[in-house]
Amino acid sequence: MFSASDLRKGLRVEIDGAPYIISEFSFVKPGKGASIYNCKMKNLVTGGTLAKSYRSNDKIDEPRLEERTMRYSYQEADHYVFMDKNFEQINVGADVLGDNRFFLTEDMEVEILIHNGRPIGVDLPTFVEKEIKETEPGFRGNTATNVTKSAKIEGGYEIQVPLFINQGDVVKIDTRTGGYADRVRVAKS
Amino acid sequence: MPGFKHILELRTSLFSAIRKFFRERNYLEVETPVMVHTPALELHIDAFRAGAGFLRTSPELHMKRLLAAGCERIFQIGKCFRAGERGKLHNPEFTMLEWYRANADYMDILVETRELLKYIAKACLGKLSFERTIIPRLHGGRRAPSRRNLGNARPQNGQASLRATLQGNNTIVALEKEWKIFSVEEIFKKHAGWNPVENFDEKRFDDDLVNRVEPNLPKDFPVVLKDYPAENAALARLKEGDRRVAERWELYLGGVEIANAFSELTDAVEQRKRFEECVRDRTLRGAEAYELDEDFLSALELGMPPSAGVALGLDRLVMLLAGARSLDDVLPFRQP
Repeated sequence: MFSASDLRKGLRVEIDGAPYIISEFSFVKPGKGASIYNCKMKNLVTGGTLAKSYRSNDKIDEPRLEERTMRYSYQEADHYVFMDKNFEQINVGADVLGDNRFFLTEDMEVEILIHNGRPIGVDLPTFVEKEIKETEPGFRGNTATNVTKSAKIEGGYEIQVPLFINQGDVVKIDTRTGGYADRVRVAKS
Repeated sequence: MPGFKHILELRTSLFSAIRKFFRERNYLEVETPVMVHTPALELHIDAFRAGAGFLRTSPELHMKRLLAAGCERIFQIGKCFRAGERGKLHNPEFTMLEWYRANADYMDILVETRELLKYIAKACLGKLSFERTIIPRLHGGRRAPSRRNLGNARPQNGQASLRATLQGNNTIVALEKEWKIFSVEEIFKKHAGWNPVENFDEKRFDDDLVNRVEPNLPKDFPVVLKDYPAENAALARLKEGDRRVAERWELYLGGVEIANAFSELTDAVEQRKRFEECVRDRTLRGAEAYELDEDFLSALELGMPPSAGVALGLDRLVMLLAGARSLDDVLPFRQP
């Protein structure tokens, strides 16, 4: 159980049996009055949102979420198959993975968030390394207005990279933002 | 947003303006203990423990002991501490200005508050108005503002401010304009549709104050709410001629609650009774039941002159003067 004073942005809670994450939070307290904790929450299964407000004495359920460490194996149609060290398998849909599906590499260790036996989220390592499959060569003389250009990694995911990045280079991607973080290796020419 | 150096400059001019204002009016600057044996009893204010006692949640009881001891005009700038209060407009450690004047009531001290704020604005900004960015409020549940509510709002009151709430408009808060005074009864009837003075319901009162009344208060000039239900009196005396309400007001600048004032309760018997009820209510809601401050009660028994007092949040005032949206923007160090 959480009490109202534990509430904060990013906390996962359970409302009527469904898991939610608090997306916005505000504390208000009128002069001489009681504390009021206003929350906007997102349903982790349906994506629906909910606004609720709590008082100091209110108790909020903790979600029965299970986190399992698993490794990525392979893709099968729109399912992604993960396996734990006992070779137990979990299938995760492309909709649950979102853009994260482009960042998976074989054998990558991930945390899968499970609610009532159903995967509802996958946490990847913060940084992943991916080879640039497609990008135009960078042009000199254009740097003042255009310091980045688009590039594609495997699967067609498009990312903005600095002009000096070439096809075949390996870059680091921040999985929290889905953006370019660094160049790891220059393509062998 | 102005840089930090600018905020600290502003804070420095604010503090010297306050000191100058009160010195010109023959007030004494006092310091009272920050570490106290027992905190002032309030239903919804929790104190931090410090050694064998507590950190003060307000300097009120000690300052009243000085009034009882014959100091007729006193002010204090100091830190207060309230456990569990952390938000855009709350920090568990904050700076409060409190001043008390003997032989005055809450409306007398409102006149002085108006003079003080104009004096401060002139000294700190060189003008009598400041800009306030109105940020959309995050409401709970069914009372959230929506386009639908906007359509239903009565055009002469709610609409303009509700639109400002939704769009995040800037408002100029003009201190030289007339300060509008509403009684709690009239403002609740207007925006919440019931009268808390007749049928007090504490939970409903707080909810409606935050979700219905405050968002609809005018923001382009100072607004005062006065005559709170007797159940909500705290340390204020009941109104002569209408015992259902207490002589208390709250001042709002640009929609932000900035100061609270009372005609102080000086009756030791009534004060003890309220403290005892507060201990009982705190126990009922599972909060710590602090001891009664017997030193304060004996001072009242010996006699305190009829007085008025104001508590004004200085961090919030710096925020308003700087045009900032949150205490985070004006406090260099905040608790996580």
